[in-house]
Amino acid sequence: MARTLAEKVWADHVVRQAEGEPDLLYIDLHLLHEVTSPQAFEGLRLSGRTVRRPDLTLATEDHNVPTTPGPITDLVSRTQVETLRANCAEFGVRLFPMGDAEQGIVHVVGPQLGLTQPGMTVVCGDSHTSTHGAFGALAFGIGTSEVEHVLATQTLPLAPFKTMAVTVVGQLRPGVTAKDVILAVIASIGTGGGQGYVIEYRGAAIEAMSMEERMTVCNMSIEAGARAGMIAPDETTFAYLKGRPHAPRGADWDAAVAAWRELRTDDGATFDAEVVLDADALSPYVTWGTNPGQGSPLDAAVPNPADLADQGERHAAERALAYMGLTPGTALRDVPVDTVFVGSCTNGRIEDLRAAAGVLRGRRVASSVRMLVVPGSAKVRLEAEAEGLHEVFEAAGAQWRLPGCSMCLGMNPDTLAPGERSASTSNRNFEGRQGKGGRTHLVSPLVAAATAVRGTLSSPADLDPVEA
Amino acid sequence: MDAFITHTGVGVPLRRSNVDTDQIIPAEYLKRVARTGFEDGLFAAWRSDPSFVLNQPAYAAGSVLVAGPDFGTGSSREHAVWALMDYGFRVVISSRFADIFRGNSGKGGLLTAVCAQDDVELLWKVLENEPGAQVSVDLVARTASAGDIVAPFHVDDYTRWRLLEGLDDIGLTLRHEPEIAAFETTRPSHRPTTAAVAGIND
Repeated sequence: MARTLAEKVWADHVVRQAEGEPDLLYIDLHLLHEVTSPQAFEGLRLSGRTVRRPDLTLATEDHNVPTTPGPITDLVSRTQVETLRANCAEFGVRLFPMGDAEQGIVHVVGPQLGLTQPGMTVVCGDSHTSTHGAFGALAFGIGTSEVEHVLATQTLPLAPFKTMAVTVVGQLRPGVTAKDVILAVIASIGTGGGQGYVIEYRGAAIEAMSMEERMTVCNMSIEAGARAGMIAPDETTFAYLKGRPHAPRGADWDAAVAAWRELRTDDGATFDAEVVLDADALSPYVTWGTNPGQGSPLDAAVPNPADLADQGERHAAERALAYMGLTPGTALRDVPVDTVFVGSCTNGRIEDLRAAAGVLRGRRVASSVRMLVVPGSAKVRLEAEAEGLHEVFEAAGAQWRLPGCSMCLGMNPDTLAPGERSASTSNRNFEGRQGKGGRTHLVSPLVAAATAVRGTLSSPADLDPVEA
Repeated sequence: MDAFITHTGVGVPLRRSNVDTDQIIPAEYLKRVARTGFEDGLFAAWRSDPSFVLNQPAYAAGSVLVAGPDFGTGSSREHAVWALMDYGFRVVISSRFADIFRGNSGKGGLLTAVCAQDDVELLWKVLENEPGAQVSVDLVARTASAGDIVAPFHVDDYTRWRLLEGLDDIGLTLRHEPEIAAFETTRPSHRPTTAAVAGIND
C-alpha cells in the first residue's frame, strides 16, 4: 500500500501494537534542556529508575543562559541549569554546558553534529523539536512526564497522527525566504490549522531550499498547531550530513543513504489534508498581531479588524492591535521599532547570520535601534567569526552575542521593556513572551537587518544602495 | 506508583464548582525544579482565608476531596495533581472532571471518582455535620461511603485496572521491556549515538 513519509517513519519504529491501545514507538534521539527536564529526572529518582539509553540522550543549556559573558545571576535560572548539570552527572547523560564548544540551542546543536538524520524519531521537551523534521525525521515536542517516560524506556505510547501535505509550488523571488513561506503558511491555515497533523512540506520551492531554510520551515510547524513538520530527504540533505561528527561513515554511510532514499511519500499515497501555496506570489511577510498567524505581506497595511468576517477572529485582532499599539490602515513599513533580534532556533544558523550581515555590510543600524545578533550555537558563532561576520555586525553598530535562546523568550536577561517594539527572527509573538508589555513582529533575517537600518519595518529593497 | 484498592481518610467538602488548575496551583509554582513539595501551593489563593475548609483543623488532614462539578479545568499543568497528592489527597470525588486533569490524575495515581451530584450533596452534608468524618473508598466495589451514605462512583475500566495494579505509564511500558530490547537489536547500525566521537568532538 502506498504510504506517506510520516507513515513510513512511524511504522519503522513501532515496538508494539495492540488493539485498543496506543502504539509503542521507539525513540532514536532524546534531546534535553534545563527547563523541562528537572521533574522528569526527579521522577526517575523517586521510583528508583535509570536512564535506559544515555547513549541516545543529549543535553544542552539554552533557555536560561545569558548571552553576555559571566555567570547566571538570576537565582531561578541558575537553579535550573545547576539541576541539569547534577542530573546529567548522576544519570550519565552527555551535556554541553555554557561555555562548551558544542553548546547552543538544542535544535541547532543536534543537526550541526549530524545527530539528526533521516528516518529517525527525535523528541525533546520543547515544542520547536519539529525543526529536526527538515531531515525527514519524525520529530516532536513532549511534556515533562513524557520526558521521564522516554528517559526510562526509550519509547513513547502514541496514537497515530493525521497527515497533511503543504505543497509550495513555483519558485521564491529574490528577497523572499523560508521564514516568509512558513509565516504565509500559518497565516493561510491558521494557528490551529495543523492540529493533530504531521505536515509534510513538498513542492519545487521546498526542494530548492538549503537545510537551514528547511529547518526554519519545519521549526514553525508547531505555530500552525501541527505536531510535527517533515521534508523528504534528498541530495541536499545527504550533502549536509556527510562528514558531520555523528554522521555514518564508510559502509554505514552507503547503507544509510540507500535507506534514506526510500524515505519519500509513495506515488498514490493519500494525505488526510492538502494545502497548496504559490511561491511566486509570496513577498516578505511580517506579523502585526500577537500570534504567528496574524501576519501580512510587508507591502500591506495594519488590517482593520472590522473587515474580518469571523467574530472570534475580529475580537482577537482587536485585542492584538490594542496590545501591539497599532492603528488599522497604518502602512506596515511605517511602523518604527526599538529593537531588532536576529537569532533563535528558527533563524540563528549560519545562513541566517550571513543573510543579515549581507544587508548590513557597509550600512549602519539606525541610532534609535538596538540590534542583537545571537548565534544559535557556539559552533555557529565560531563559523561566523571565521567569515568575519561579527565585524560586519559590530561595524554596523549591532551587538554580537554569545549563543542561547536569548530574546525568543523571557527566561534570560534579553527581554523587551513594557511597550518596547521589536522586529524578531524568532517564532512567537505572544503577549509578554519577550517581557511584560513587549511587542514583537516576526520577520526573516533579511527583513530584520533592513529594519535595523531604516528603523521601521523594511525589506532590503527599501534601502539605498551601498556606495562603493 | 502504589496500588490503590481501598482508601479510608478524612473527607473534605469543597463546595465550589469549576475549580480550575490555576486555583489548584498558581503558575508561580511552576518554576520549581522539584517533583515533590507542591503541597504549599495547593489552593494557594484560598489558603490565606482562615475560613477555607483546609484551614479548619478537623479537615486539615483530609485525603478525600469532595468537590463541585467541573473540577480541574484550564491549564494542563501536571503540577495540579502533584499538589493534591503531595498534600495527602488520594481521591477526588466530583460529578464531572476536566479531561486533561482526569488523564493526568490517572497517570499520577490520584483516583478521580465520578459520583452523581445528588450523592455529592449527601456526602457534603455528612462531612459538614460531622467535621473530620471519614470517607471509605472501595475501588473494587466502586463505592464511596461516609456515615450512612454509600455512593456508587464511575471510573473507566482501564484507569481502574491501572490503579488496582499500581501501574503508572512507565510501569505499563516496562511490562513490555523484552519487546523493547528485541526491537533494539533490529535498529540499523548506521543510526547514531550521542557518545563523543573519538578525535572529532570528544
